Amino acid sequence: MDVERVPLPGIGLKHVLATARGRRIGVVSHHSGRRELIVYRRDDIDSAADTVALSVEEANTLAELLGAARVVERLAELHRQVEGLVSVQVPITDGSPFDGRPLGDTRARTRTGASIVAVVRDREVIASPRPDFVFAAGDVVVVIGTAEGTAAVSDILTGTG
Amino acid sequence: MHTSVLLVELGAVILGLGLLGAVSVRFSISPIPLYLLAGLAFGSGGLWPLSASEQFFSTGAEIGVVLLLFSLGLEYNADELAASLRTSAGSGLIDLVLNATPGVVAALILGWGAVAAVALGGITYVTSSGITSKVMSDLGWLGNRETPTVLSLLVMEDLTMAVYLPILTALLAGVGLLGGLGALGIAMVTVAAILYLALRHGRLVQRFVASPNDEVLLLKVLGLAILVAGIAEELQVSAAVGAFLVGIALSGPLAHAARSLLTPLRDLFAAVFFVFFGLRTNPTDLPPVLAAAAVLALVGVITKFATGWVTAARAGASRTSRARAGAALLPRGEFNIVIAGLAVTAGVQSRLGPLAAAYVLILAVAGPLLARAAEPLGRRLTARRCGAPPPAAGR
Repeated sequence: MDVERVPLPGIGLKHVLATARGRRIGVVSHHSGRRELIVYRRDDIDSAADTVALSVEEANTLAELLGAARVVERLAELHRQVEGLVSVQVPITDGSPFDGRPLGDTRARTRTGASIVAVVRDREVIASPRPDFVFAAGDVVVVIGTAEGTAAVSDILTGTG
Repeated sequence: MHTSVLLVELGAVILGLGLLGAVSVRFSISPIPLYLLAGLAFGSGGLWPLSASEQFFSTGAEIGVVLLLFSLGLEYNADELAASLRTSAGSGLIDLVLNATPGVVAALILGWGAVAAVALGGITYVTSSGITSKVMSDLGWLGNRETPTVLSLLVMEDLTMAVYLPILTALLAGVGLLGGLGALGIAMVTVAAILYLALRHGRLVQRFVASPNDEVLLLKVLGLAILVAGIAEELQVSAAVGAFLVGIALSGPLAHAARSLLTPLRDLFAAVFFVFFGLRTNPTDLPPVLAAAAVLALVGVITKFATGWVTAARAGASRTSRARAGAALLPRGEFNIVIAGLAVTAGVQSRLGPLAAAYVLILAVAGPLLARAAEPLGRRLTARRCGAPPPAAGR
């Protein structure tokens, strides 16, 4: 699947993708953080049929519904397969000690036995992030492990541990 | 006594602008023509001459220009400018030739001389990037195919202004050909120096300005913008260009913070600037130039529409897209008044101010209205071409 990326000088960026069924949708990302969801016309791929303005929070929620929910679904499936395994989602907030620090610094697996299996950033799911992956505020970290292990990672990431 | 008159006048004018602003929001039109009309209503020859607050409006207008251009510069970063320069230089040239020519020719026909011709060419040339962006955003056009082309063209126009304004400033100062070339040389060196600083050492500027405290940041940014503008004016590069370049030098999160802090100030002083231009224009001077302004506006609509159409076509856009690109570029506004303001201050031609005011009044109102009509028109053109009925609305 190709995502076309077009800079909009003075405004931000536009990403457009064509679905397998031939519809085109796009996202305009303003420098200010505002997003616009664009649905293109069927008969004229150059023209927007509708534009929905989204605040940062609304865009994040939509992204979660579209992207992160899939990860959670898959994890829920995993739960059923493996007894005693828990997954939690930990948001990196503005005040988190790991905002701007790499994943390796958490030493999560050594310290708790639980693993960070994915990070959701903007609307993108980054599966199996490497130790040099740098967290940023707004990321949602998906942790999998025992109940105690995941709780401990959550404490580390939020700075309460 | 004097203080009370000053405060009453200021308060009345600003309150009046607020009410006009409410009207512009209600009908989703640009407030610029309303501010100009307000300025015409007050001041010399108007309904209510101002006595005590002229000095404030005069200084405020200068700050208004600096802030308008500074926040325009903040919108762009140096990379975007470089990219636009690479991709849109050809279209930018078409734009310049098609749209400056009517102004130049009109001034020469009217016998206003070469300097006024350069000024009027600038006035007919430049599109209001502020109104155009707002129109595209309001009509939901930001995702459309032609939008990057239109935005790049606006960037090219703003860059052209960075070269044009120093030339105009030098010409208006009445320096001869040699002096003009000298001023142009200084201008080019200054522009290049600031751009180099912005592109290569943007970090240094950022570090100097950055502050976690909003108050400190506001004062630093405002001070820097006005200071550089003043120095640029002294070097005859034009204050506006100096402020624009400072805006470009700031980018990233700092630019965001600066923009949100400065927006209220910009709105206030930009309004003051438009009012001041109206104040200096005697409304009784308008009727004699109205016919000329209407003709220029009509020609301006045609040439700008053609510019947008051709530019979008070069980018391979469909007919509907081309029609939208042409229509989006029609509004004229802040820059045109900035140019006219420079010319009026230099006293180059007494009818240039009223003509520019009328021209902007017409196109700032008509531009956005015509833009609304562009899409249905484009579809009808396409449908007729293909011999198919127009697609059903409301999918």
